[in-house]
Amino acid sequence: MMAGSTNLLKRLLSRRGLLKAGLATGTGALVSGTAAARLGSGVTPADALLDSRAIGRTDGRIPGSFQNASSYTGVPGHGAFGENSVVGEVDHARNGFDPYDMLTDWETGIVTTAPDGQVVRTFNVTAVDKDIEIAPGVFFPAWTYNGRVPGPALRATEGELIRIHFMNEGSHPHTMHFHGIHAANMDGVPGAGEVIPGDEFTYEFFAEPFGCHLYHCHSFPFKRHLHRGLYGAFIVDPDPARHPEFEDVAQSRLLGSPENRQWQEFVMVMNGFDTNFDDDNEIYAVNSIAFAFEKKPVRITRDKPVRIYLVNITEFDPINSFHLHANFFNYYDHGTTLEPTHKTIDTVMQCQAQRGIIEFTFEDHGPGMYMFHAHQAEFAELGWMAHFEVV
Amino acid sequence: MSARLSLIVPFLLVAGLVAIFLIFRPFDRLSQGTPPSEDISIEFVKIDAEGFHVSVRAAGSEPVSVAQVQVDSAYRTFTQTPPGPISHLGSAVFLIPYSWINGDTYHLRFVTRSGLTFDHTIEAAIVTPTHDVANLLSLALIGLFVGVVPILIGYAFYPGLVSFGEQGRHFAMALTIGLLVFLLLDTLQEGLDVAATAISSLKATTAVWLGGLVTLLTLLAIGRRSGKPPEGVSLALFIAIGIGIHNLGEGLAIGASFAVGEVALASFLVLGFAIHNVTEGIAILAPVRRENVSPFLLIGLALIAGAPASLGTIVGTFAVSPFWTALAFGVGAGAILQVIIEVGSAMQRSTSGATQIWFSRAGISGFLGGIVVMFATAFLIQG
Repeated sequence: MMAGSTNLLKRLLSRRGLLKAGLATGTGALVSGTAAARLGSGVTPADALLDSRAIGRTDGRIPGSFQNASSYTGVPGHGAFGENSVVGEVDHARNGFDPYDMLTDWETGIVTTAPDGQVVRTFNVTAVDKDIEIAPGVFFPAWTYNGRVPGPALRATEGELIRIHFMNEGSHPHTMHFHGIHAANMDGVPGAGEVIPGDEFTYEFFAEPFGCHLYHCHSFPFKRHLHRGLYGAFIVDPDPARHPEFEDVAQSRLLGSPENRQWQEFVMVMNGFDTNFDDDNEIYAVNSIAFAFEKKPVRITRDKPVRIYLVNITEFDPINSFHLHANFFNYYDHGTTLEPTHKTIDTVMQCQAQRGIIEFTFEDHGPGMYMFHAHQAEFAELGWMAHFEVV
Repeated sequence: MSARLSLIVPFLLVAGLVAIFLIFRPFDRLSQGTPPSEDISIEFVKIDAEGFHVSVRAAGSEPVSVAQVQVDSAYRTFTQTPPGPISHLGSAVFLIPYSWINGDTYHLRFVTRSGLTFDHTIEAAIVTPTHDVANLLSLALIGLFVGVVPILIGYAFYPGLVSFGEQGRHFAMALTIGLLVFLLLDTLQEGLDVAATAISSLKATTAVWLGGLVTLLTLLAIGRRSGKPPEGVSLALFIAIGIGIHNLGEGLAIGASFAVGEVALASFLVLGFAIHNVTEGIAILAPVRRENVSPFLLIGLALIAGAPASLGTIVGTFAVSPFWTALAFGVGAGAILQVIIEVGSAMQRSTSGATQIWFSRAGISGFLGGIVVMFATAFLIQG
């Protein structure tokens, strides 16, 4: 609508007074909204606000209207007022890794048996500097294990002898510090297994305890070596023979066993990127790429339960979290038990380097899009937002 | 070679120097590994029913790719026109569809290819005034209210002041100088503040100083083209011109406040400037002798001094680059300084006592009075 012959000046001069009065009575937005609608042309969001106020809502939304409707269907669309997402597509091929493939990409190494019968599992890991695209068009000068962030999800079985040949082809000294049980000289810290560029080192220890663990670089400056991308999941499956009282549970956790094949397993590393180096993350994600599982939902079937190995390696923020919509899950903190440490919860928080196993099923649900995300709304809106596509 | 032809030699030498730099790149060793400097400035945000339309200008050494956009720490979909990297000193408009709430504050953040972030705050979202005839008239009216009307009111002080005779006129002129000294500092400060928000390669701060200097010299030369300094009505005209350019700046400030949604601030500015500008009426008439005053002259001078406020208010609602705004303030400062010089010189000539006039009771009280009045009324314009 046009301003017509109404005197703009009069409105402007009176607006301040109205605004003050409005703040006191809680109708400020209503009053000033009218003024704004007149000032411009066409229907404004302020008009929508006006209408919604009139029907008693306080959030400025009209029930069942435009706002982010597409988010709830998981179908990328174009709402009347845009979406909470990024524009464009990340070139996963150029990155050399795809966050979707990473969900199920277990690095199991090479298994041999020593003369004394000891199973030995060997991994090769190389540190390399690499620019990676973490949101469409946004590049981060990462330091990586094997050219990917997070690094390979190393998976072993309880009791095996683990050997990791670590080569440093990066530009700074790096280590691989495992959260596990090992000798001091295998700790992967400055003075014990730190590798200068061009050099290498072999870490050796027994895989214990079973659980959902992680490894990361422990060189100084510590914060920077972490948030540059040097981290990954380290999963130790329980050996069923050692847990007769929970043998079926242990069997289901043992990668490749018939019981394990009845599960849909995913590894999700919650991380963040401080792209402008101000000690505050601009991007949050699972497996590095902002909104990756919003653009391509994680497909799960209803006939098999779901197990998620969840690791939090977010730097700068003390905690991160996982929240599942329309369902509840059991949680095994650190994955070091065969009975849940938390039963029937729909949100779990993890401090930095905390991790655990999430188990749930959608067998009684209808098919559809089910959201999961950090329940720090800020993290969710900055990229840690995702969907399960239940079929 | 004739002496005149030899003028070409230094030009050739400069060309040679440039060639050496471009071919041998002697400083590349020093800049090795330095990432390209990305720099953008958010120049203008237009808000309408669709959402936010943000004008962004690139300033760094290389084209800047804006990869993503956040509103209040949430990534938002957007469209860029024209798309692609923004070339050096080029600009693009980002449309961010948003269901904004009237009067709310919004923090915009632009994330570049290398992950640098550039922020802009919308203090209070409001539909940007559209430039239809009715709104333009309203804005022009605000300009008149700020510029012309207060000056006419200020004239009312004149008869009272001159009734004190020579003393009264000296007081009025010293008062004028006091007022103008305040305006000079204020205008310069405004100009430098705005210049700081412009992209650095435009050297807006230098433009403020040079704009002021060139204006000062130009107006001095025009005023004294007949060989003697202006006085009487002619001096009043220069005062009106100087104040007019200053009021253009005030208008820009008001218009820009409307445009960026700071309506409360804008309406406050309107009242503040209006009261503030009453003093300008006294200043304009100070050098005029009573017998020369005619209604046409009064209105003409008031229009010259006040109407630019209307122009500024309208122009300010458009996307004005901070560089031009800063330059306008610089020009205003130069014009005001010229008037200070000429009023001072007229005051000195008006008495045989020469410089002692400054230290007369009328001189000192007028000068200090002018500064105090401006300072006091300036409190009405706190943003």
